[in-house]
Amino acid sequence: MPELRKERLDRGVKVRSDTIYALSSMKEIMFLVGPGLLLILLLLVLPLVVSPYWQRVMAITGVYALLSISFGFLANYVGLVCLGGALYVGVGGYLSGLMNAAGLPLIICIPLATFLGALLCTLLLLPCLPLRGVYFAIVSFIYPLLAGRLIAATGFYGGTDGIPGLDTLPNIWITLYLAILILLIILYGISRMVNYEDVGLVFRGVKDNELAIKASALDLTWYKVQAVYISAVMGCFAGAYLAHLYGWVGLSLFAIDFSILPVAATVVGGSGTLYGPLLGALILVPASEAMRAFGTLRIVFYAVLLVFFVVFWTEGILDFLKRKYEQFEHWVRI
Amino acid sequence: MKDDIILKVENVSKSFGGVKAVDNVSFTLRRGEVLGVIGPNGSGKTTLINLITGFVKKDAGTVIYNNQDISNWPAHKIADAGLARTFQAMRPYPTLAAYKNIIPPLFSPRARRSARGKLGDRSAVAIDLLEEVGFERDARVPYKLAGALPLGYLKRLELSRCLALMPETIICDEVFSGLSMSEIVSMVPLMEKLQRDGITLIMVEHRLRELFKIAGKAIVLNFGEKIAEGAPEEIFNDDRVKEAYFGGEDSYVFK
Amino acid sequence: MEIIIYGIVNSLTLILMSIGFALAYGVSRIPNFAHGALFILTGYLTWLLRFRMDMPYGLAILLSLIIVAIIGVALYQIILIRVRGMPISEIIASFGVGLAILEFLRWSGLKGTAHMLPPFMSGSMLIFDVPLDYQRIIVVLGGVSVLLFLWFFTTYTKPGLSLKAIAQNERAGLVLGIDSDIAATLAVAIGAVFAGIAAIILLPLGNIVVEMGYEVLVFAIAVSVCGGLGSWKGAVIASFLIGFAQTITVSLVAPHYHFVTALFIIIMVLIFKPSGLFGRQKELEERV
Repeated sequence: MPELRKERLDRGVKVRSDTIYALSSMKEIMFLVGPGLLLILLLLVLPLVVSPYWQRVMAITGVYALLSISFGFLANYVGLVCLGGALYVGVGGYLSGLMNAAGLPLIICIPLATFLGALLCTLLLLPCLPLRGVYFAIVSFIYPLLAGRLIAATGFYGGTDGIPGLDTLPNIWITLYLAILILLIILYGISRMVNYEDVGLVFRGVKDNELAIKASALDLTWYKVQAVYISAVMGCFAGAYLAHLYGWVGLSLFAIDFSILPVAATVVGGSGTLYGPLLGALILVPASEAMRAFGTLRIVFYAVLLVFFVVFWTEGILDFLKRKYEQFEHWVRI
Repeated sequence: MKDDIILKVENVSKSFGGVKAVDNVSFTLRRGEVLGVIGPNGSGKTTLINLITGFVKKDAGTVIYNNQDISNWPAHKIADAGLARTFQAMRPYPTLAAYKNIIPPLFSPRARRSARGKLGDRSAVAIDLLEEVGFERDARVPYKLAGALPLGYLKRLELSRCLALMPETIICDEVFSGLSMSEIVSMVPLMEKLQRDGITLIMVEHRLRELFKIAGKAIVLNFGEKIAEGAPEEIFNDDRVKEAYFGGEDSYVFK
Repeated sequence: MEIIIYGIVNSLTLILMSIGFALAYGVSRIPNFAHGALFILTGYLTWLLRFRMDMPYGLAILLSLIIVAIIGVALYQIILIRVRGMPISEIIASFGVGLAILEFLRWSGLKGTAHMLPPFMSGSMLIFDVPLDYQRIIVVLGGVSVLLFLWFFTTYTKPGLSLKAIAQNERAGLVLGIDSDIAATLAVAIGAVFAGIAAIILLPLGNIVVEMGYEVLVFAIAVSVCGGLGSWKGAVIASFLIGFAQTITVSLVAPHYHFVTALFIIIMVLIFKPSGLFGRQKELEERV
């Protein structure tokens, strides 16, 4: 049997558009911006055509997508694997809920909860910032568990029952397009920051080599604080948004789903960029909704899928698609 | 101003789990001087640097830099005061182009206070800096991925990361080690240029011949202790130094 | 007195829950996040064999321990071996396996209070005027004998010594002809068996429920992290620390704070002593 090897060659349009001459033809411009445009168009048009049930699913998908980007930003660009997504959601949600219950309108509650909540989360995580790798992951994972148990034990604002009867976002269109708009702004803002701004390079330096950052007269902790604050802003917004999507805050805002799903999304979508986690969330959340009929068996599917991706298909979906998009593949005989 | 003391290290000590890595070392350094730090492997040279620059916490001792007590300052603040260092084991940001490795130090408060840092485009400044230390701009070396650079360039990259801070003092941890003879030969003029620019240098080295082309005096460490200090001739004639390097008169090597 | 006695019981419970996890990590640096699932699985298997297939209790226990050991071997050989050296991937993969096992058990009918293992001995006795049922005494005895066994195994037997060698310096172990993959397989399997033994001793105190699996995992992580990942002596000390702290909060403050105490202790220990109580400290990578 002849031995075969897969050969990959860049497509012509990819080679040409890699250089400065990309703007020479419409075809090449479309090759470069097409995928991004497609994503934006899909996000803008999809709410118009799906049923109200799936519109709600889309809103929740948006929340998870934000959390996944928040996770991906910290993990891929700053090197902090933060499993504290649920902390962000819980703090953001509770703050917004408390302010709303005190009579403030939503237009003040949500932004205030987003920025103050992120500040609170950053302060809470501040003592753990010298930790690295698995240790930081474990501590950040424990925070939301601790917060949840504390609220249950102390009976803080309704304890296990939570605070019901909050204002909800006015109608489904505002709800949905708010999520999509924020998602796109954050996606654009963060990828611009990490790729084109100098501070993005400092963040990458924090990931690659902490000693070099210190030797460069840069305050390591201060940059970690900034990065955590940025990711916390996304997470706290997601929490505040969720609180007013349901019109209720409670212990389930600290549920580990919010910490775990971003990891799953990154594993499935592919790490290295922000788009991998985003794609992962866009696939996983609706898929899990579609499997609702299976009950807890869907978590089994989920877990098996996760193991499959992390062990056998580590590149993730995004890199796979990217390869198909940019390269020819064919088998050659050696 | 040529004569004033820029760095004063007093009785610095550090032990790692019972082993005295640096034991009561003191020395002073005048502005513009070049000091060599030599000693056998494991004699505590790198640890001494780590203690001075704040990367490892001292057990005891004080460090005075520019009349400020920097003994308990964090590493980044010491670098901010103008005392920069290179690392022996170079770990650049491997997935970034070489010139992008220089942008974080250019982004630091110290660099931004200086005239060069105020320029708008840090990429351009970074490429200029790399050219100064020998990255050929025409061959597009500054644009190569840092992870793919050969060792000689990595050493230069380390050096330019220090230069980006516009430092008054640079502590070089074995810039010559691991390089080929021709690379060393091209590195020496670079160090001499830094000296002419008025930068105070501390060089930890094994390559004594090249070191003493640049350094006027040196201290010798053995098992964490300072056993000699002075000009090259004094050091080479010191009995304790001979013993540290060659195992003493009664060592079997000489029998 | 009550605090001391229940503190000891509680601490040994924690040791039983966590020793398998600490061992697997200590020997082969594998964070086996399927630990809690293996715990519940053993309990459920024993229950199935005992009450559905009418086996004698002893045989059921033995069989399910063997099955769990085989699962441990498979877990390493099929899955973990492919992601060695990537801590985050190891965690995700083993947690995924654990999640799949636990949720599958839940789906296939493991819920409610229908599943119970009988205690080895019923009844209770008074120790220093504190009533203590026999099963809890067995917990103490079991915990102590597991520790003694582990000490004996790693001090006097050849496989134990080679595991210890691998744990201290993998490369040197390789040079001496110890296959690190076999050692790691062994470590995961032994870890799984310890999870099983813990389940058999501890589960008769309550119902077999899926939530317990997650709880065991959290406690195992808590104890191992506090003790310093990789040091099972540290894990023992941490078990006593957390065990007594929990017993004291339960009797002085309120029962539902016991989980809060454990979590709070982990965070505090990690913040003030990042390498754990007995972890090997790494001063700086750059040391000549």
